[in-house]
Amino acid sequence: MSESKTDVTVHPDAEHPEKFSDPGLPSHRPRQADIDPKADKRAERQVVVLFLLSVIGTIVALWAYFAVRPDGTTGGVRTSTLTLGIAIFFALAGIGIGAIHWAKTLMNDHEMVEERHQARTTGETREIAVKKLQDGIKDSGIGRRGVLKGVVVSALALFPLTIAVPLISSVGGDWDVSKFRDTLWKKGTRLTYDPTGRPIKASDVTLGSAVHVIPEVTEEYRTTDEWITEKAKAVVLMVRLDPRDLNPPAKQAGWDYDGIVAFSKICTHVGCPVALYEQQTHHLLCPCHQSTFDVAHGAKVVFGPAKRPLPQLPITVDADGYLVARDGFDEPVGPSYWERLK
Amino acid sequence: MKALAARRHHRSAPVVLLLLALLVTGGVYAVLAPSQARADTASTQDIETGKKLFQANCATCHGLDAQGTETAPSLIGVGAASVDFQVSTGRMPAEINGPQAQVKPRQFDDDETAALAAYVASLGAGPAIPTDEQVDPAKGNPATGADIFRTNCAMCHNAVGAGGALSEGKYAPSLFKTSPRNIYQAMLTGPQSMPVFNDANITPDEKRDVIAYLVAQRDGSPGGATLGSLGAVSEGIWAWIVGIGLLVGAAVWIGAKSS
Amino acid sequence: MTTTLNPEPTTLVGKSADYLDQRTGVGHAVKEFARKIFPDHWSFLLGEVALYSFVVLLITGTFLTMFFVPSMSLSVYDGHPETMNGLLMSDAFKSTLHISFDVRGGLLMRQIHHWAALVFVASLVTHMMRVFFTGAFRKPRELNWLVGFSLMVLSLLAGFTGYSLPDDVLSGNGIAIANGVVKSIPIIGSYMSYFIFGGEFPGDQIIPRLFTLHILLIPAIILALIGLHLMFVVVHKHTQYPGGGRKEMNVVGYPVFPVYAAKAGGFFFVVFAVLTLMGATMTINAIWNYGPFDPSPVSAGAQPDWYMLFLEGSLRLMPGQAEFVSWGDYTWSLNVLVPAVVVPGILFTFLALYPFIEAKVKGDTEEHHLLDRPRNVPTRTGLGVAFLTAFVVLAFAGSNDLIATHFRLSINEITWIFRVLIFVGPWFAFWVTRRICLGLQRKDRELVLHGHETGRIVRFASGEYIEVHRPLDEQERWVRVSYTANKPLELPAPTGPKGTKDRKYKSAKRWARLSRFFYEDRVEPVTPAELSAAHSHGEHDALPGGEEHAAVTSVHSTDAGERAH
Repeated sequence: MSESKTDVTVHPDAEHPEKFSDPGLPSHRPRQADIDPKADKRAERQVVVLFLLSVIGTIVALWAYFAVRPDGTTGGVRTSTLTLGIAIFFALAGIGIGAIHWAKTLMNDHEMVEERHQARTTGETREIAVKKLQDGIKDSGIGRRGVLKGVVVSALALFPLTIAVPLISSVGGDWDVSKFRDTLWKKGTRLTYDPTGRPIKASDVTLGSAVHVIPEVTEEYRTTDEWITEKAKAVVLMVRLDPRDLNPPAKQAGWDYDGIVAFSKICTHVGCPVALYEQQTHHLLCPCHQSTFDVAHGAKVVFGPAKRPLPQLPITVDADGYLVARDGFDEPVGPSYWERLK
Repeated sequence: MKALAARRHHRSAPVVLLLLALLVTGGVYAVLAPSQARADTASTQDIETGKKLFQANCATCHGLDAQGTETAPSLIGVGAASVDFQVSTGRMPAEINGPQAQVKPRQFDDDETAALAAYVASLGAGPAIPTDEQVDPAKGNPATGADIFRTNCAMCHNAVGAGGALSEGKYAPSLFKTSPRNIYQAMLTGPQSMPVFNDANITPDEKRDVIAYLVAQRDGSPGGATLGSLGAVSEGIWAWIVGIGLLVGAAVWIGAKSS
Repeated sequence: MTTTLNPEPTTLVGKSADYLDQRTGVGHAVKEFARKIFPDHWSFLLGEVALYSFVVLLITGTFLTMFFVPSMSLSVYDGHPETMNGLLMSDAFKSTLHISFDVRGGLLMRQIHHWAALVFVASLVTHMMRVFFTGAFRKPRELNWLVGFSLMVLSLLAGFTGYSLPDDVLSGNGIAIANGVVKSIPIIGSYMSYFIFGGEFPGDQIIPRLFTLHILLIPAIILALIGLHLMFVVVHKHTQYPGGGRKEMNVVGYPVFPVYAAKAGGFFFVVFAVLTLMGATMTINAIWNYGPFDPSPVSAGAQPDWYMLFLEGSLRLMPGQAEFVSWGDYTWSLNVLVPAVVVPGILFTFLALYPFIEAKVKGDTEEHHLLDRPRNVPTRTGLGVAFLTAFVVLAFAGSNDLIATHFRLSINEITWIFRVLIFVGPWFAFWVTRRICLGLQRKDRELVLHGHETGRIVRFASGEYIEVHRPLDEQERWVRVSYTANKPLELPAPTGPKGTKDRKYKSAKRWARLSRFFYEDRVEPVTPAELSAAHSHGEHDALPGGEEHAAVTSVHSTDAGERAH
């Protein structure tokens, strides 16, 4: 290193101590307001103006609250938020900047020194503390009564269970995790458009279409919380490819209907809706973590953090030409979990 | 604006003005006249003009009879709507064969575009250009549109149409400046990576609702600056720049000795 | 007797004080704390920003709870804005719309609240960075570091639970992701999911549950820990930067009353004002754009708030191949478990344990109240920057779709770049930062030895030119020479019966190796003797350089320490 040549290291000797000594606090540099009474007055005026600004801000804020009412339109709400907010800003900033300016320019700025003490207590204090504890232990007799000690510890350790067990066992509902594999899709369930619920004719699914699908249920059911939970497992994305482009794995051969294929929309990674269909490449992309699935090849993963292909819903048409499920999903939809294959 | 002022006295100014006037008149006519006329009553003359334009500008990629080549798809049966969308947004003719045709200044005027559309429509039946009534945002219901848009469009175009990324460098463009007619046509024809949303999937009324929702976004946000409507990432960046920036600035001021 | 010392108070203030003191003994506290000294530095105010943002969160949060309905009951909405009119939505979402569009000042409060949340975590992280880089976590403050660390973790939880409350599509997908992550946990994952959602995701209980956590449990713990945190600050007294007159056993600054009270009190209003300005002018979490939760839709740019982005990025980077099925047909979702649990686990454990690791490799049992200049502890500074780099790379990876659209890049390529960067970036950052620190320390030595360059060129009679250097004044010099360059631990000879195979010895050897990594490369401060030697050298400038100091032993293993490079 180049410094090795220029830097010169010398042993300490009598004339040169091992270390530099602390020069002590730097001398105080007076401020303008300390030496010039005019500057002092000026600073005081500035502080007064700042606090006055705050008062005005508060008055304007109250005025804005009563006078500028949001009417529910985009513009109206924006005006109300803006006027009220800016006024409050001045009400607050006036106080804040005023107080700080006051402290900086007018309050005593001579630095002061305070001694510190080590955090640990002195030996004497410690001795007294230990003595007191020992006295207490002796008084309680806990050292001699082994059984008593054991029972006290057990009782204290066990009693939280009286709260924890009821809480934990109730909080998970029925704990029936096998529900993960059930969906609303059964043999013969009609496919309908999401969110309108109209059934879908196979002839209406033109080449290059992407259709977001939900199982057919009553309109009333679609307004319940239960539906939302079921929908979270049942959503399906359906697309139509040229049947010549389709190249599904052997297991899923014939699960399409004339090039129309339907896959679960819930990502096998962590469960976002994989909804982003690129018509030309037949790729399905998850906008959350970019797992990419190839619809032409049984929705196998071609990029990203997912491992498994999206489960496919086998479909066909009923007598009226509407698309229906030939069967439910043959595996749990959505993200992997421990007992998925059990 | 300065450039405009400087060129006011240019000798070609009258010509430009005349052209502008013609365009405006044409525009007003197009709005007032029954627009169905535009695609359906294409004269044979239009088709002929269109064919010539096509062969001069598009045939290199799409083939002399629009039958398609290895570089570009067949246009038989894509319909007038598709041509109007691609040409009026300047996507076609494409400049380079990239992952995605870019929006750029359009190369053909309205008449030429109409002629091209008429020619391609004559090759095989396909979606027609929507009427002005079909794309009138005032007639749509933005709430239904919001619902449809969220399910079918938001995953690519973002919740309010700010655009988003697709794989391999492709992207779903921002819809903030797209004309209602182009929005309608895009849904109907599924340009490039975009899937088709035919009238069975999203009915014409629902398409108009979607347009109403997107146009409603152009009023801005009730909360103030939209920050690009990009969500939490842009909010985070602004929290650091404005919030932490201003507050650290204030802290430095507080910590500094007064002069 | 007391009457002679303390005559009966006559003024109103005096009477009130007397009343209070007779009942609380508040006089002790006032005597102790009124003129307590606080050192002044801008970086000491970062923690205050966090504290004040939290107070703003409490104020605006109270406003919001008056109108928010934490319920997932569904009904059709009739109201503003028109893009939401007639849609089916939960009460939680409905009441959030009500707050935003109908309650006067409601949207302002909502936006201040959310901006305050972002700034709260941001300032907390910046404060933590200050504490880390200046070594303020050293004895006796290790426990307070842990308190602060817990506050950081809690602030993330507070943020995440609050972000999810409006029950909109964006946060709903966030909960869906959380559900996916929980399910990936081996053995108990499915049951954990049921534990959280009271059944299957999303069910109808998650919003009320998050609400209780968000407005009661988490803020209560945060408040308690803030109390503890501040109590420690009072007990230890604040650290200070090195400088003339600032010693380990004193504290130099201004008294709480009135200077610090005015500055800190004023700063609260400034923080509140800035957050209000942000809330008034910038839209945040526009739930009316995202719409009520529905498991089917998702929007492009689906990201969590910034402090959770690193988790999002971690999830995005991990290739899917890591998932496998073991014997017994059990699924191991390592593609989720590693990025969402293991990676943050490692990062956070490193943070929590760092003070203890550093004390051990330094063999340090002393109290420290004078802060380090970051350059004087190059390895720590390097590690800190490496940590931040990892965090930032992950956060960028979590924004890869926006980077793709805004810079016209391929999202796949960006992901690959980040997959490489997450390994290379922190190493590179560590190496560069440590180099820079050592360089700055050498620059300091240079300055102390040779003074400031003045730009004045003087010609000697002999025809030789030199540039005049102005020596540093005492204060300038003291800042640059008053540190200790730590040395690696000496490895004691093996004492156990098994010699070098002894477990204790092996452990000591490992620690010694780690200690070498920390302190092998170091730059010693200039000593008075060196300075005087340099002066005589510089002023005479006649003899061939260095020869008159031939007797001097060079200890450059300590000075340059270039062996490792």
